[in-house]
Amino acid sequence: MSVYYTEEHEWIRTDDDGGADSVATVGITDFAQNQLGDIVFVEVPEAGRQVAKGGDAAVVESVKAASDVYAPVSGEVVEGNAALTDDPSLVNSDPEGEGWFFKIRLSDPSELEGLMDADAYKSFCDSQ
Amino acid sequence: MSEPTAPDQTLPLDSWHRAQGGRMVSFAGYAMPIQYEGIMAEHRWTRESAGLFDVSHMGQLLIAGPDSEKALERFLPADLALVKEAGLRYSLLLAESGGILDDLMITRRGDHWYMVVNGATKHDDIENMVSRLPRNVVIDHMKEQALLALQGPKSAEVMTRLAPGAAELGFMQGGAFELDGVRAWISRSGYTGEDGFEISIPANKAEQVAALLTDQAEVKPIGLGARDSLRLEAGLPLYGHDLDPSTTPVEAGLTFAISKRRRAEGGFAGWERIMAELANGPVRRRVGLSVEGRQPVREGAMVVDGEGNEVGKVTSGGFSPMLEAPIAMAYVPTALAETGSGIEIASRGKIYRAKVAPMPFVPHRYQRKGAA
Repeated sequence: MSVYYTEEHEWIRTDDDGGADSVATVGITDFAQNQLGDIVFVEVPEAGRQVAKGGDAAVVESVKAASDVYAPVSGEVVEGNAALTDDPSLVNSDPEGEGWFFKIRLSDPSELEGLMDADAYKSFCDSQ
Repeated sequence: MSEPTAPDQTLPLDSWHRAQGGRMVSFAGYAMPIQYEGIMAEHRWTRESAGLFDVSHMGQLLIAGPDSEKALERFLPADLALVKEAGLRYSLLLAESGGILDDLMITRRGDHWYMVVNGATKHDDIENMVSRLPRNVVIDHMKEQALLALQGPKSAEVMTRLAPGAAELGFMQGGAFELDGVRAWISRSGYTGEDGFEISIPANKAEQVAALLTDQAEVKPIGLGARDSLRLEAGLPLYGHDLDPSTTPVEAGLTFAISKRRRAEGGFAGWERIMAELANGPVRRRVGLSVEGRQPVREGAMVVDGEGNEVGKVTSGGFSPMLEAPIAMAYVPTALAETGSGIEIASRGKIYRAKVAPMPFVPHRYQRKGAA
């Protein structure tokens, strides 16, 4: 299992070796949920939807504003987190656990290589 | 919103906000706290207990001079003769076109008027009023004065403890009091829909007073984020969003601010248009909206008809912490303005369904004592 981070404050966790056809889980980071504040609505992509790296994948709305969540990698969505429909605050309380957004089957696992590991992401946040 | 060019000014409580954990953002040209612990928690705290808001960015003005009452009535549609000593009135600074240049509170204080105007518009308001008032009516901008608002059902208990007598005020009444040895002008007023007080004090005493107020168990500091969601639930329009120079008092649903005598006599800025709208109805109205589902619609979203034509606009929108549902204000054609009318909103490539809802969304809890 490896966790990668993007400059858009998303995390992506590969559940197996990260090879071809591997499935990864995507969410937003603790830093991101803290910046957004109280989250009142999340729209996650449906299973079967193809997303491209950098394209719109989900919408998250706080009391203050709406934000897009971009796909950190390309692939096919295999599951959206239905629990967020009823309880969007899971993103605040457990952003890197129960507050995950969607699972995706990677079409190009090499896209993971350009992402940050936990240490690099922490340094990135400290510089924000 | 703020001008992007000029650097933000700091409020008298700037370092105090930061020490309280306030997250500072740019608003009305000032660095201001958007939140401390979180908008939802602060919002609910204000509705259940008491919240302290720093509104020192707002313009506090003194207006004095012979016949200032008549001179102000040229552009305020209020009947100022009915305003008793230390009484407050909500009023509007009107353009000659009948458009709203600002909304404000005006108080009679002996030989002068005390006026509180919006922070983002205060300099324009002063310039505008100076140009329309006779030379012997003068405006003093009280730049060395801070303004705090204590809002919520427990604010009267707090004031009873700290400023004896202030809790005897009725809604929309003010008076001079001492608060921790500081001379304060306190009124029973605010913009959250709750009972509460607004406290005008010298800027150099603001930190002392804010610290004393938040030392009270009932009181927490509240940021701009909750101020916005509170006033939206209370159905209160925000200048620059729900009101602007293109909206009239009739369209905005603020006809209560046009006093009976003034309607009969006229003679104020925009009177012809306003009278015509009062007689025939305006073409559009500000309404409250209850939005289906959980996703909020935001300011700027389009109100559309069945063919997708834009027929109106959302001017404020968000999530109501008390109703746990999205609510909004919008301008819609009068034919769609009846309570219960179905409204469609287009935003971010989606259609949202809403119904016109009575405002306030959450009942007001003002403490009225006789006639103000």
